[in-house]
Amino acid sequence: MSKGRKRRILIAKPGLDGHDRGAKVVARALRNAGMEVIYAGLHQTPIQIVNAAIDEDVDAIGLSILSGAHKIIFPKIMTLLKEKGASDILVFGGGTIPKKDRVVLKSLGIGEIFTTGADTHAIIDYLNRTLES
Amino acid sequence: MNNQKGTETIENREKGSTNDDSFKNLSGFKIKALYGPEDISQRDHETELDLPGEYPFTRGIHKTMYRQRPWTIRQLGSLDSPAKANERIKQLLQMGATGISLCLDMPTIMGRDSDDPLAEGEVGSCGGVAIDSIEDMRNLLEGIPIDEISINFVSNSQSAVILAMFVAVAEERGVPLERLTGTMQNDILKEYQAQKSYYFPPRPSMRLTIDTLGFCNKHLPRFNPISISGYHLASAGATPVQEVAFTLANGFTYVEEGIRAGLSVDSFAPRLSFFFKVHNDFFENIAKYRAARRIWAKTMRERFDAKDRRSCLFRVHTQTSGSSLTAHQAENNIIRVTIQALSAVLGGTQSLHTNAFDEALSIPTPKSEKLALRTQQIIAKESGVINTVDPLAGSYYVEALTNQMEDECYKYFKEIENLGGVISAIEKGYFAKIIADSAFSYQRKIEKGERIVVGLNEFFEEEETDIELREADPEFEREKVSDLVELKENRDQALVKVCLNEIGEVCQGSDNIIPYLIKAVKSYVTLGEIIGVMKEIFGEYREESIY
Repeated sequence: MSKGRKRRILIAKPGLDGHDRGAKVVARALRNAGMEVIYAGLHQTPIQIVNAAIDEDVDAIGLSILSGAHKIIFPKIMTLLKEKGASDILVFGGGTIPKKDRVVLKSLGIGEIFTTGADTHAIIDYLNRTLES
Repeated sequence: MNNQKGTETIENREKGSTNDDSFKNLSGFKIKALYGPEDISQRDHETELDLPGEYPFTRGIHKTMYRQRPWTIRQLGSLDSPAKANERIKQLLQMGATGISLCLDMPTIMGRDSDDPLAEGEVGSCGGVAIDSIEDMRNLLEGIPIDEISINFVSNSQSAVILAMFVAVAEERGVPLERLTGTMQNDILKEYQAQKSYYFPPRPSMRLTIDTLGFCNKHLPRFNPISISGYHLASAGATPVQEVAFTLANGFTYVEEGIRAGLSVDSFAPRLSFFFKVHNDFFENIAKYRAARRIWAKTMRERFDAKDRRSCLFRVHTQTSGSSLTAHQAENNIIRVTIQALSAVLGGTQSLHTNAFDEALSIPTPKSEKLALRTQQIIAKESGVINTVDPLAGSYYVEALTNQMEDECYKYFKEIENLGGVISAIEKGYFAKIIADSAFSYQRKIEKGERIVVGLNEFFEEEETDIELREADPEFEREKVSDLVELKENRDQALVKVCLNEIGEVCQGSDNIIPYLIKAVKSYVTLGEIIGVMKEIFGEYREESIY
């Protein structure tokens, strides 16, 4: 990352559920924290998200999902990133995701999973810390 | 009361009061330390606070309320497959539920069949049932007395198709349509404002909603064709006063559209019903119901010239607040749900769903669902709150809040009117902006500690409580897809094509579409196929992202 460049974050809602409150709150909090946020909107497919992340040259992808489909969709996105040689993009997520699934998803390379009630400062700190190193 | 004494009282109150901004309710109203007669004296109580069951119904829509009949305990009874959902409905009825709400899974909600590539991983998701064809509706309702038990279909953009399947199954079973009770949510406006499960632009969607309304008006006189829903607005972030204002504004829009379609107001308005969310603020919530009833009644009479008293009744189903539940210390949610449920009952709800405490983590287990149901039964049978009607009437605080809620609603109505009405306001992003702002501001207050969530920003514990969660059946999706593929192979393909062509033509004209949909579903045309054809004609909607 070149010095002085703002961190670029893609916030996306994969899958079919329309619960976008959390995604929008996080998008706004990151923007207020000085990051450049690209909000991909609702109902994005894994390939759309991965292509957008590469086209927009983002540092991280934040995925929000509340339908329970995280077990299928998150791994798909990780595989696509690997196939396209974009595994350097940090992936984090949030939603209605039980602890057991969080462990599995993190073992696939997803950096962090935030659950309902997460503090947006924790997300900002996490991104600053992780993208720094 | 002599003057001197009056002044003293007010002075004492002022001393005891605080200017602290932190005493605000969720709508942002400043709450005083003490309320007295002067806070409600400017209103005309003769006309606004009459008896329960009398216009303008501030005190409730029935004379005797829960003494005669308690609210309907209406729990969500959905599970991935139609057969399992059927089993679950029967269990809930056996446990004492008196009505049923049915949720659809995400693919069905988004108008896609289970075998659609985009449905992968989501078939049976979100605690909803997958409905692809009439076969699923048959299995779902098998053995359930649909002429006795009222079923609330939590169905919106796809409502016309779901109604067609319901009617088709009733006809097969020889149940006269005029005996069908229940509700179709069918509230498309709040989809664009909050829930975001839309397919088409708002205007063709409205046409389908009104076709459904028109069909029910003619053939299903006991069925509620639209349940105008504030729940989703509130879940997306709307404050309680915004929930009331936007829900009522949407309600008035459906009334206008119904009248425009040639229906007389008293022929359909009595069957419009509502759906509210209970927020955490106990008294504010109660005031919300009271204000909503009064505004609805006044507007129906004064603006729409309704003559039938039933057109003026704000009948409401309530669900406790899913978004107030925390993933941390999840058992605390049991208490939240109890307080919220009690508040809805004191507000005078007609039916109630209590959330299960584990919903911030997963879909509920049978155990957590049962606890949610028992919560209502304890309130109804043990607490004594049902013994008298509208017990909080006359409380200076509750009455003042009710009045303030009403006044604030009219400010929102004015703004919406200035934008050219609800649909224009949707197209201009008005609701999306307000709701996103409220959601963000709520989150900020929690993060700054201005609003306390026990177990989250106070009394936090690092260790997560381990509770037993429900696991989705991994085999279900495969089975559902293979059944559907088989069904699609074994039907009269020529007839399917004829039906889909007809639907395409009707979409371009102005005939009521429901009879064509009934014919199609009887011919095993699937929900995804029908929506697919409609999308070709109506186009697809994409919102501008406002956050």
